[in-house]
Amino acid sequence: MRTATPGPMSTMREELRSGGVIGGYHLGQCIHQGGTGSIYRASAPADNDPGFPIVLKAPYLGRGESAIGIIGLEMEQMILARLDGAHVPHFVAAGDVRASPYVVMEWIDGESLAKTMTHAPLAPEEVARIGAALADAIHSIHCQDVIHLDIKPENFLLRPTGEAVLLDFGFARHARYPDLLAEEKEFAAGSAAYVSPEQLQHDRSDPRSDLFALGVLLYELATGAQPFGQPETLTGMRDRLWRRPAPPRALNLDVPPWLQEIVLRCLEPAADARYQSAAHIAFDLRHPEQVALSGRASETQPLGVMAQAGRWWRQRRRDVALAPSTRSAGGRVPVIMVAVDTEHPDDDRHPALQAATRQLVSLYPELRLMCISVVRAAPLGEGSDELDTRTGRHLEHKMRLRHWVEPLGFPPSRVSLHVIEGANAGGTLLDLARANHVDLIVLGAPGASERALAWWRSVASNVTANARCSVHVVRVPERRTEMEPDSA
Amino acid sequence: MLTALLSDIHGNLEALNACLGHASGRGAKRFAFLGDFVGYGADARAVVDTVARYAAEGAVVLKGNHDEAIEQGGGYFNEASRASLEWARETLTGDQKAFLTALPLIIREGDVCYVHASAVAPHRWDYIDSPAAAKRCADAAGTSYAFCGHVHDQVLYFENAKGRMSEFRPFPGTAIPVRSHRRWVAIVGSVGQPRDRNPAAAYALFDLGGQRLTFFRVPYDATAAADKIRRCGLPGSLAYRVEMGI
Repeated sequence: MRTATPGPMSTMREELRSGGVIGGYHLGQCIHQGGTGSIYRASAPADNDPGFPIVLKAPYLGRGESAIGIIGLEMEQMILARLDGAHVPHFVAAGDVRASPYVVMEWIDGESLAKTMTHAPLAPEEVARIGAALADAIHSIHCQDVIHLDIKPENFLLRPTGEAVLLDFGFARHARYPDLLAEEKEFAAGSAAYVSPEQLQHDRSDPRSDLFALGVLLYELATGAQPFGQPETLTGMRDRLWRRPAPPRALNLDVPPWLQEIVLRCLEPAADARYQSAAHIAFDLRHPEQVALSGRASETQPLGVMAQAGRWWRQRRRDVALAPSTRSAGGRVPVIMVAVDTEHPDDDRHPALQAATRQLVSLYPELRLMCISVVRAAPLGEGSDELDTRTGRHLEHKMRLRHWVEPLGFPPSRVSLHVIEGANAGGTLLDLARANHVDLIVLGAPGASERALAWWRSVASNVTANARCSVHVVRVPERRTEMEPDSA
Repeated sequence: MLTALLSDIHGNLEALNACLGHASGRGAKRFAFLGDFVGYGADARAVVDTVARYAAEGAVVLKGNHDEAIEQGGGYFNEASRASLEWARETLTGDQKAFLTALPLIIREGDVCYVHASAVAPHRWDYIDSPAAAKRCADAAGTSYAFCGHVHDQVLYFENAKGRMSEFRPFPGTAIPVRSHRRWVAIVGSVGQPRDRNPAAAYALFDLGGQRLTFFRVPYDATAAADKIRRCGLPGSLAYRVEMGI
């Protein structure tokens, strides 16, 4: 029903100040004044207290103001209300877009990434720690069908616990909702320094756009400079459709090759050449030793004129050849974890586990395979033999793990090997799966050593019952000779 | 309040019952039938009876081009559908035909407009097959929401900031926020003869108070509906279309 509210716009503007009241919410201190609106600390009416501190965000209104503020608020109302988890503010309430446009959400205690950025360049470990937190946050919204499309320092808060929180979903896109900004070409691109090549080509449907912007942030954290500067014209921005920026090591020699590899892979102009999932970026930032280095990892000079010209030419051809249809599969690009018992290399379950892994990975054009072996801790002070020392045992198991995965024929960039000491294999696997955004755990059914135990005490049952993702339990089929005699 | 939007039932009683049950199970209190109760399917009588029963309880019921053809004869139908209309004309009782004849072409209720084809000129049976056609329909409807059938695929058109319409293919089961300050034209899909290679019946649920619209696909016994078509001597192609969703 159209409800005619007399002069809502003018009322709204008067109330939008400290001490004002909007939709029953009392406005406190103004904590942000942006280009299209402002944000106030607020307190809720007593009968409607969400139980945590809140802010109210409202766009500027009136003839002089751009429509983007109001459409952005509408998008944010729609999308924030559907998002869950620790990486976004909780949605509380929204006001009618026509009569009293506002959105009320959780106030987050944290420091803006923009402030952190003023200290850049940061130490590589610090870049990796913060970067992994940012990737976690992006992965969390991607898993909920949302692409942010305006990733920049101002839109990240870092909680004291180290977790990152994403703000401002005014440019965002929800895969299962109509995209109100789809045809607003002058608005559709995000911020000049961070916007992805796809967005410059008016494609708002590719989650890998957020990974490009994350690459810009990582570059900036590691070097203190922006890879493409702050172009003021569209032509200036379109540079990134082909140009490879100066390698971070050209600006800061403290950037290790693994970090440069990660950053430059995020910044590939073609989305297919980038990481395909934020979870994979988080993984690499947390396991630098597992990053497969390519030639670009150690470069310290910007590409020469001829090489850049080659990239420009290939980009032209790519545009002609691929047009808009090479969009990301949209489907999940999983992290798969396989638990391999390297303490019993002759176990008859290994071929079955390999076969199952081969079958599962063949379902995905792109994925990350984590091979894990949980080994018992070495008894203290035992033996002086190389094999008995901790590092020696570790190396031995890693070699067995590599030997196990080699027949699957994976490129090293997709596989990582982890040998971990622990008495509780199930708990270790579960912790690792959680920390690395694992989508599927593959492991063997109880073997000979566990067969005497009740099923519920086995590693497989513990993992199956407590994992937050899917679990594939591989069993070796019993041989016919072992079947019950009367079933023949 | 939840309103179930059902269109293009086409004599398919199994599909209609499946959608009505699905909608009631989700709390639908009102029902809007957007036309084309006959043609193609074998249960013209039972479908018209069901719809008439809902009409007596206050449901919105509109006339479609197949319903009109029962009284006027169809000029531009293909051979198979002409045969099925002929058969329906012979099968329906006088009362049932009178019920169809008396149906309105368009109904406006507050901020909602219901029509079988397009609000521009309902009797012309224009297809809303582009954002431009949707824009014309929204302009003619003069309401925030226009709910239509006629085109058998589910589509949601929405107004962008420049006043033009954009097209969106909905995901079944996702409640889409449809705020009334924008204009929306929803093609709710076909209950009885979906044509997107998915035989599941299509309909939508509209929550006026909550300003949400959810499109659904409901599996039903399409084989039974197809068998009835074959048994009553209608062209086999019509049975095949129901089974395959083409």
